Amino acid sequence: MSRALVSVPPRARRGEVVEIRAMVQHEMETGFRPLPQGGFVPRLILRRFECDYDGATVFAADLHPAISANPYIAFRLRATRSGELVFRWIDDRGAVREERAAIEVA
Amino acid sequence: MILRAPSRRLLLAGGLALAAAPFPARATPEAARAAMRAFAGGAEPRRGRVELDIPTLVENGNAVPTVVRVDSPMTEEDHVVEIALFNERNPLPDIARFHLGPRCGEAWVSTRIRLGDTQTVHALARMKDGSVWAASAELIVTLPACIEG
Amino acid sequence: MRRAALAAVALAALGAAAAAWAQSAGGDARRPGSAFMSRETQAMQRDDKANPGMLSVLEGEELWKAPAGPAGRSCASCHGADAASMDGVAARHPAFDPARGEAIDLAGRIAQCREESQGAPAPRREGRELLALTTFVAHRSRGARVSTGEDARLAPTIEAGRRLWQARLGQLNLSCAQCHDDNAGMKLGASTIPEAHPTGYPIYRLEWQDIGSLQRRIRGCLTGVRAEPFAYGAPEYVALEAFLMDRARGMEMETPGVRP
Ligand code: HEC
Ligand code: HEC
Repeated sequence: MSRALVSVPPRARRGEVVEIRAMVQHEMETGFRPLPQGGFVPRLILRRFECDYDGATVFAADLHPAISANPYIAFRLRATRSGELVFRWIDDRGAVREERAAIEVA
Repeated sequence: MILRAPSRRLLLAGGLALAAAPFPARATPEAARAAMRAFAGGAEPRRGRVELDIPTLVENGNAVPTVVRVDSPMTEEDHVVEIALFNERNPLPDIARFHLGPRCGEAWVSTRIRLGDTQTVHALARMKDGSVWAASAELIVTLPACIEG
Repeated sequence: MRRAALAAVALAALGAAAAAWAQSAGGDARRPGSAFMSRETQAMQRDDKANPGMLSVLEGEELWKAPAGPAGRSCASCHGADAASMDGVAARHPAFDPARGEAIDLAGRIAQCREESQGAPAPRREGRELLALTTFVAHRSRGARVSTGEDARLAPTIEAGRRLWQARLGQLNLSCAQCHDDNAGMKLGASTIPEAHPTGYPIYRLEWQDIGSLQRRIRGCLTGVRAEPFAYGAPEYVALEAFLMDRARGMEMETPGVRP
């Protein structure tokens, strides 16, 4: 299993815009790396990233091989209610890696 | 690009193994333009509202910190729907597409990208009203010295 | 033309970062590798939620707690779950191993514990498992001052390392010292030659797109001068590691470093 590091402020005021960061272990094999015997290392990347919060997917990204290994994505989010943020990374084969973090909104 | 040659010996060391670029360069500015046209749909991308923050001199093309900020109130009526990054010299013109909405509060994304060569990177943002805004940045990608053979 | 001008400006900015660091360091003119990096790479190292080396720390922490070997003992079962017993340990490795009567580096020490204390198969040098455990343990020394070399029993190893450091190597017939002592801060191609302090290891190197050891980093310099690299774990590497740590004595550990 790969490791993920997500950063969500533990507490926020209602309506406050907070910064969310997510980094996950993945080689992001581009499919363009030549093999010594000819041909290429087959492509295997995380092609999709999603963040669910308060009943909806609030941020998502479609990733291509030009995203660095161990992808790092940061974005902003308006804190609306206490609950869990669910982060999801989906690879070329459909495998899903999930990570969760709680936020308390007052 | 030896700016200051410390000594004759080090000049000789110009023969040091240099790193391989992360990608063979293959895409073209034309391919990038085609991809951007497809993203924009019928809209004509306009300069402005998009800020692309990326280093001018890149120490290593394997991980180039890239930030895009779009001037938008991010309300239900007026917000950024999508931000896309394109390049002109990697094998593929697409880098990433970010899907945003009013619940983001601010149109801001930060990531790290691979760039195989000195080139131009483009950031495009599509607004709820269908208009598309753009910014671009030219940057120089250098290669590290002393890598394993 | 415009490209060249841009490059000159950006390279000057790199130099300025290193100079600013030197000023803030008071009397000590030594500068860690991070002082020679761009602002962006420095920021990546400084921020634990952006430093990709922290993923290896996390991986190492899982391994630290996981049972291994026939008795199913974890590192934590002997050394404590919070690993506080590892604080400062990386800052004094390579250390003298009385049982073998020779110097051992941190990865070697961990491999030894895995084999002898846990009875698990010897982990491979530069393998994921050993790198992650080493990064986790070394991270516990972040901020600690390097003290390798205070133990007099290491003197012969450090001396052997110094001789290697000063020897002309490879087809380019260059010594480590010629680059890192005589020309630190100068440009080699587009790279700035750092002073080669080992304070950030294991590092996440953007070029590798992965975590790697000091031995791997030195290996890069060896192949760079077209010398035959030593086998991982070889006494020559341990001697160079001991010499570099002694040379950096008093500097702060910053594992996991990020390097271009
Ligand atoms: C031709 C010049 C040259 C020689 C000779 C050389 N190096 Fe290096 N070394 C470099 C450069 C340039 C870098 C930084 C590379 C980069 O950032 O891509 C470096 C990096 C390093 C680092 C990493 C420092 C850090 O901050 O992480 C260490 C350690 C090191 N060298 C040790 C050695 C040793 C040991 C030798 C002798 C076996 C040696 N080098 C020989 C040029 C040299
Ligand atoms: C069965 C108990 C046991 C287990 C399991 C064990 N160790 Fe140890 N370890 C020891 C003992 C005993 C020492 C020697 C302590 C001393 O010299 O003071 C030691 C020493 C060390 C040292 C050197 C400490 C220093 O102060 O120099 C390191 C590093 C270390 N172990 C890491 C590990 C790691 C990592 C693991 C798991 C992969 C592990 N150990 C598993 C018993 C164990």
